[in-house]
Amino acid sequence: MKPVSQVTSPALLLLDDNIDTDQIIPARFLRKPRSSGYHHYLFYDARYDMDGNERANSPISSSAPHQSIVLAGHNIGCGSSREGAVYAFTDFGVQVIISTKIADIFRSNAIRNGLLPIQLEQDMFNILVAHCNDQQAQLTVDLERCEILWAEDHHLNFNIDEESRHQLLYGIDDIQATLAWSQHIETFKHHYLVDHPWVVPITGISSKN
Amino acid sequence: MPHSTLTLFEKIWRQHLVVTTGDLDLLWIDRHFVHEGSFHAFDKLNSSKREIAHPELTFGIADHYVPSDLAKLDDDPEIAGMIHLLDENTRRHQLTYFGLGHDDRGIVHVSAPELGLTLPGLIIVCGDSHTTTHGAFGALAMGIGATEVAHVLATQTLWQRRPKTMQIHLEGHLAKDVTAKDLALHIIYEIGTDGATHHAVEYTGAAVRAMSMDARMTLCNMTIEAGARVGMIAPDETTIHWLHRAPRAPKGKAWKQAELYWRSLYSDPGAEYDRSIIIDVSDVAPRVTWGTNPEQSVPIDTGVVPELDNGHSTLSYMALSPGQPLLDLPIDQVFIGSCTNSRISDLRAVAAILAGGKVKVPTLIVAGSNHIKVQAEAEGLEAVFRAAGANWGESGCSMCVAMNGDRVEPGKRCASTSNRNFPGRQGPGARTHLMSPAMAAAAALHGRLVDVRQLTGNSV
Repeated sequence: MKPVSQVTSPALLLLDDNIDTDQIIPARFLRKPRSSGYHHYLFYDARYDMDGNERANSPISSSAPHQSIVLAGHNIGCGSSREGAVYAFTDFGVQVIISTKIADIFRSNAIRNGLLPIQLEQDMFNILVAHCNDQQAQLTVDLERCEILWAEDHHLNFNIDEESRHQLLYGIDDIQATLAWSQHIETFKHHYLVDHPWVVPITGISSKN
Repeated sequence: MPHSTLTLFEKIWRQHLVVTTGDLDLLWIDRHFVHEGSFHAFDKLNSSKREIAHPELTFGIADHYVPSDLAKLDDDPEIAGMIHLLDENTRRHQLTYFGLGHDDRGIVHVSAPELGLTLPGLIIVCGDSHTTTHGAFGALAMGIGATEVAHVLATQTLWQRRPKTMQIHLEGHLAKDVTAKDLALHIIYEIGTDGATHHAVEYTGAAVRAMSMDARMTLCNMTIEAGARVGMIAPDETTIHWLHRAPRAPKGKAWKQAELYWRSLYSDPGAEYDRSIIIDVSDVAPRVTWGTNPEQSVPIDTGVVPELDNGHSTLSYMALSPGQPLLDLPIDQVFIGSCTNSRISDLRAVAAILAGGKVKVPTLIVAGSNHIKVQAEAEGLEAVFRAAGANWGESGCSMCVAMNGDRVEPGKRCASTSNRNFPGRQGPGARTHLMSPAMAAAAALHGRLVDVRQLTGNSV
């Protein structure tokens, strides 16, 4: 996982509320191997018409400069748990997503894939949107200092829990990290299964119709 | 907070806590279900040469890509390939697998409960957001992403931030022809599609106690549509009765021990939730969605499209006008199925409406599992469906998520018993209206949205 520390970029504005993960990546692309590059499928149905031509009102303009930061409407990432929605953003080069609310599973997937989710109050969010309406305008997101900087002398602080910050800053593989707790897991398992033997399911039965 | 006053959610969470770092808790996972879409997680595991920590707690099931007509499996090699990939991964890791042709196969959220793999007090995860369904049994069940799936496969544990708790207390009794689906749509309408985000929901109250397990599963299933990763209901006699006949539920001494524990799984009197809301269900009417997220629903009898700007993106996508009634809106097709509404009671409700009639639009009915399919055929429901001119598909997710080759064509309007009306959910450009099985059946007979109570003669 690619670490995230400081990102400076113009922002992609996706300001509709409740952008669900079916819109971010339509289900028919979820069978594609990751190596195909999931950026191809990002907002596919909103970007392209049925013949594969770019729509005039595409949310992502092919002529826009590279954008590593997204300002997204309230409740971005709701719906399906598909991690492909996060892959579509990260393969597109997005490293930071800022909204007034980020759906739970999407947020969790983001942290595990080097996509920094930042939740802001509405007034702060509006200030950033106003600034970024100018396509040339840039934001800098600094995860070390938990700061967003813009227009030379403006900044605000954001909150993120320390565990998520650490995982993103160092690009930590969470399985490797958990294996450090193996002894705790073994001890827990032993006691838990002795006390609750019924949780292990009956296997090897073949049910009949 | 003293230990004597815990919510149902807190009891189960604490029971599974391996370690905590403060922000994050490491939880033991009792059940893990994998499906075709889990291939990303298997890739991560295989590429790092890791093994599955507890194959006996992990079950594979093919559901998302299963074609409605199995004879057409090889028509799309990519779709067939997804199922074959799951065949391979489950074989390689020696998992119990319900693949094509297995009697126990079906939609994971329908089959696992019916087999007794879903039990009260368990933590259950699956790489699918509708895992909330299993909360109907008093399990703590969560949808997770692919990286989390890989983590559970490798360690049988999961790091989670503890969500806040939210009680949705349901008073009163549902009127005739009003179902758990209508209630779920009503709740989401009331609190919004993000109304329970960052929370674990527990449903309580007389209306919940009166519900069958099928209805409870529908309610918990739709909890994710209000943003909650967890929706749960404390186990009671209804739950215990169901589990008694579930083939893989504990038996003998293990059952006695389990039952004793299950009966301790309720929110203690005085236990505090971070949020509580009360809803009187008595006035809930059959509902339909008009928009492109599940909070956008109205009662069928009086509901009209809200006064949004003409040209609002939702209205143009749905081809609707402000002030337009939903009643009598012409539809092009009907889908009855999905993990929300494909259980035997749903199919019986559909048959009761379709009996003796003919559908006016193409109608696809898909049972939630192979067992339900067989039961529906034995009960004569399938005969009713076929006589009415409906198609009867192989069990699976089918047209709810349009991954298996079934889809709604661009611009077509579908009355659907599924859970999501997002743009493109049932196919690019598809227009979805969510509703209960009986309402969808009534729409099929008329070729337009109707109030099911007009067919059943129950007063509106």
